[in-house]
Amino acid sequence: MTTTAPDPAASTTTHGPAASTATHEQATAHEQAAATALPTQRRISAEIAAAHEAAGRDPVRSPHPPRDFAPYRSSALRHPRLPPVRVPADPEAAELYGPVFGRTDVTDLDADLTRQHTGEPLGERITVAGRVLDRAGRPVAGQLVEIWQANASGRYAHQRDQHPAPLDPHFTGVGRCLTDRQGAYRFTTVKPGAYPWRNHENAWRPAHIHFSLFGTAFTQRLVTQMYFPGDPLFPYDPILQSVTDPAARERLVATYDHGLSTPEWSLGYRWDIVLDGPAATLPDPEEDR
Amino acid sequence: MPLPTPSQTVGPFYGYALPFPGGGDLVPAGHPDAVTLHGRVLDGAGDPLPDALLETWQAAPDGGLAGRPGSLRRDPVTGGFAGRRGTDFTGFGRVATDADGHWEIRTLPPPARAPYLAVCLFARGLTHHLFTRAYLGVPAGEVASDEVAAGEVAAGDAVFAAVPADRRDTLLARAVADGRTYRFDIRIQEGPRGEKETVFLDFLAARPAAG
Ligand SMILES: [Fe+2]
Repeated sequence: MTTTAPDPAASTTTHGPAASTATHEQATAHEQAAATALPTQRRISAEIAAAHEAAGRDPVRSPHPPRDFAPYRSSALRHPRLPPVRVPADPEAAELYGPVFGRTDVTDLDADLTRQHTGEPLGERITVAGRVLDRAGRPVAGQLVEIWQANASGRYAHQRDQHPAPLDPHFTGVGRCLTDRQGAYRFTTVKPGAYPWRNHENAWRPAHIHFSLFGTAFTQRLVTQMYFPGDPLFPYDPILQSVTDPAARERLVATYDHGLSTPEWSLGYRWDIVLDGPAATLPDPEEDR
Repeated sequence: MPLPTPSQTVGPFYGYALPFPGGGDLVPAGHPDAVTLHGRVLDGAGDPLPDALLETWQAAPDGGLAGRPGSLRRDPVTGGFAGRRGTDFTGFGRVATDADGHWEIRTLPPPARAPYLAVCLFARGLTHHLFTRAYLGVPAGEVASDEVAAGEVAAGDAVFAAVPADRRDTLLARAVADGRTYRFDIRIQEGPRGEKETVFLDFLAARPAAG
């Protein structure tokens, strides 16, 4: 991680009341103008409820969030207004194949986010493990899994994160590994903290770990977020709630797994991931019907 | 069959995790066959996205789609990034946009019979990534117009042919005079002066029946 990760200890960021009103994200000029008066949580929650109700009436329910999800304000100018063009079955399409990764692409230390600096990070040490499957239920073997997260205080080692919570000189929050032959991945890290953002007044993200995954086909590409069970912030968060199907939302929440906890060392969370999308190596969906 | 894990936005803070040095350098500088593909990512107000991430995937010039590992090749001594091997074409690029919403990759041209790069776009505010394609099959000065160029590409490409004719031009990467540099802008939404929204492609439509 040494070449990409900024050294959190080297940050010159000042803390204090002024920082809490600093721009938490790099908003464009139009976004800043729109954000002068932040909506209330009550308003955002009402919009979430309305969006869920409308989605519930749709007979074709996608597991993925709609790209136009008004309660998540940044989506307003960043979603296509036209429907995507449905791609005809083309066995030659490059997207049915995808990039491959190998042992030169990761180092052993990458999967342990608590050992990337000279000291131990603060926070609750956890093991996060699970399997990556394709939509036929087969393991995705030898593929790249990448994660990034805030530290235990809810702060990212990122220059634009100005949340006045402490950086941790012993934690960057970036991990990588390759899945094994059973599609299994495993990381050691610390539990990330919740953090505020400026989508609306008193907006807080539930604790989460960002995941990036590859399948055997580019169509199976997935970037998502893993949440921790029982977080009271779930109903208030327009990002988690952008997934309108409640059963699909549940699939973003890890399970506490006592068998995965290591005695006197770390608590275990299990999270299996299923990649959507066709692949050259998958049976033709038409034949499954 | 298991049910898919939903997508979530990449958010604003992936910048220290996903981009890597040399992510846009699929071939070494000075490679005689290299082409440069570059452009901007713009939102519905016409503002550039300073926090978008693009990934590209393509066939090797010989048409091979097997890919090669080593896009993120590491230096085992420092743990840092060593750059790709000059002899291995991995087919994969990953670049973040800069403050002007601009990105750039240096790669090998895709095969003439499938003259495109698959492009996957991630951004804060985008709840689910978007797929599009940059077609490079239009060498500068060799065709009379976009219409003629688009017609030629459509003749040999099922996906391109499925795109409504009046939107196909958004998928054409424009060659500049040197013939080795291509411009490909992405508009997530129609622009404020009616600039066309880029065509995005849905590969999930062929979803197997539940059960
Ligand atoms: Fe986050």
